[in-house]
Amino acid sequence: MDSWRKNPLVFWVLNLSPSAWLILFFIVPLTLVWVLSFGEKRGLLEVAITGTFDNYARALQPLYLEIFWKSIWMAGLATIACLIAGYPVAFAIAFAPDRWKPFLLLALMVPFWINILIRTYALIAVFRTRGYVNFTLEWFWDQANGLLTLLGLGGYQLIGARYEPLELLYNNFAVNMGIVYAFFPFMVLPLYANIEKLDRSYMEASLDLGAGHWRTFFSVVFPLTWHGALSGIIIVFIPALGAFFIPDLLGGTDSQLIGNVIERQFKSANDWPFGAALSFLLMYITFGALALRALVAGRNRGLDV
Amino acid sequence: MRNRHIARYSRRSFLAGTGAVAAGLSFGPKFALGAEEAKLNFYNWDTYIGETTLDDFKDASGIKVTMDLFADNDELFAKLKEGNPGYDLIVPTNDFVERMVQAEMLVPLNHGKIPNFKKNVAKAFQDAEFDPGRKYSMPYMWGTQGIGYRKSRVDGVPDSWKWLLDSDKYAGRIALLSGSSQAIGMALKYLGHSYNSTDAKEIKAAEDLIIKQKPHIKVFADDNGQDLLLSGEVDLTMEWNGDILQVMEEDDDLAYVVPKEGSIVWQDTLAIPNGAPHPDNAHKFINFILDAEAGAAIADFIQYATPNAAARALLPDDYSKNPAIFPTDETLSRCEPEVYKGETAQRLRDEALTRILAA
Repeated sequence: MDSWRKNPLVFWVLNLSPSAWLILFFIVPLTLVWVLSFGEKRGLLEVAITGTFDNYARALQPLYLEIFWKSIWMAGLATIACLIAGYPVAFAIAFAPDRWKPFLLLALMVPFWINILIRTYALIAVFRTRGYVNFTLEWFWDQANGLLTLLGLGGYQLIGARYEPLELLYNNFAVNMGIVYAFFPFMVLPLYANIEKLDRSYMEASLDLGAGHWRTFFSVVFPLTWHGALSGIIIVFIPALGAFFIPDLLGGTDSQLIGNVIERQFKSANDWPFGAALSFLLMYITFGALALRALVAGRNRGLDV
Repeated sequence: MRNRHIARYSRRSFLAGTGAVAAGLSFGPKFALGAEEAKLNFYNWDTYIGETTLDDFKDASGIKVTMDLFADNDELFAKLKEGNPGYDLIVPTNDFVERMVQAEMLVPLNHGKIPNFKKNVAKAFQDAEFDPGRKYSMPYMWGTQGIGYRKSRVDGVPDSWKWLLDSDKYAGRIALLSGSSQAIGMALKYLGHSYNSTDAKEIKAAEDLIIKQKPHIKVFADDNGQDLLLSGEVDLTMEWNGDILQVMEEDDDLAYVVPKEGSIVWQDTLAIPNGAPHPDNAHKFINFILDAEAGAAIADFIQYATPNAAARALLPDDYSKNPAIFPTDETLSRCEPEVYKGETAQRLRDEALTRILAA
């Protein structure tokens, strides 16, 4: 088929189900929420759609703006962590022998077959005071202490009288780890796709001509693969921005993100119009990020030509 | 919210007996003309029914019960808010009964079809402030909220909210519940106000108290305080009595106390939501639950306090005289029920909570 214009019927038939899907499950519900955000609560159940901007005015108070900012900051931090950790992993897979690649990709994807909520609960067992990280460190501490005693230094308590467990859970560090863990494959896969396509001879040339590994990465590899990085950044950053059960389960007393505030509006606060307004502000930030990506990608294409 | 409760397999023998008794009960003809189909859609909390109750009921009445689970009252309310998706029987807590009655979401009950209510239920539960004349709700289980703690890591009995809300003695070893009413309500109680206060100044004072205490609090628990306590993550936690009771069975070092400033006493109820497809079957099931034997089997399994006096009388002392399950009258006199405070007060509290968590 050279052009859908020549076969409009085929085009419409093929297009019907995705369009219906998009309208029914995306446009319609989103419109409903959007309309709701201009509503006013009248008692327990009724919401009058009055076209008011009160919900937005309330959402733009410093209290909520700070929470928005904190969410952007946390999502950004997690995205950068994913990027830094993602490049070596993507490289390792791309440069692995061909027969290993499917298994390495599978290893990356297998955790995804398990529900994200269960994986987040699993992190609790890893990070808590009496969790696997602390158990491991305690074991090393015991070995070190035993060694010191053997050397006759046991009495000096060089590494403390007893093992003090690390506080790894119920703080912002745990939330960040949770987000990175949850969305890491979303970063690696687009990076891998780009690195896989990369012509190796560029790197060989760069190394041959005297550039070090860092220089080669930043001057050659990164400029050639950053499209993948950008896709990865977007698809990690957007869901990270709306995270709510990860901070709920792993966060401490100051880990409230905007997703938590929104969730509460639809549940315990029973204030759907305000929740809708907050959701749409979050969506505008998302659109902003997507627009930025389009802009950057577009400009780059212009330069390439 | 409440994680409803445990399996006590050691008592299976008792439960086995119940089935036989229940089978002896008889309910009207199964396929009389114009009767409802023999089905019932029950929307309940997790692990909050006897192990064999649904089967026993089916044996007795021929009605097949399908049970769905909700995690908290907010979820229940949100689900029914936009119309009943087909549930016949729900289990809202007292303040949500108030809300749902006010929003006309519940069907008035026909007491004539529930003879076991007058016959078996304790006098204190025959009427309720949140539902005068018990027009819309039947009592199911009740309990308190208090402090769960690890005996070996705490000096004496921490019988004051002070140790959670206004002291650095147990810094870093404290969990509070994060629901918008609970932490703020207990702070109000500690400051000498009502748990249900709607006064902006009092709520602000409670907010300031918790913000000041924040550096010493380890986590605002999402109703998993009992797990944090059991795993040694914290040594004191605000929790529902049933949750703490559950982990007390696994660890002798844990205990539960209702603080001297008082707390809340809650009651879960059985109610029929508007638009229920099988209201007649729902009445039958309510009556079955309020039966002495069936009620005892449920209470014995989930270990919450039953309002069913006839059922309580059938159970052994380690349940029926357990102070962690049935607090003394003196303790109860210091507790108040949570009431529905209206939407304005709700917003006041939610904003206070948002500020507490953002601080």
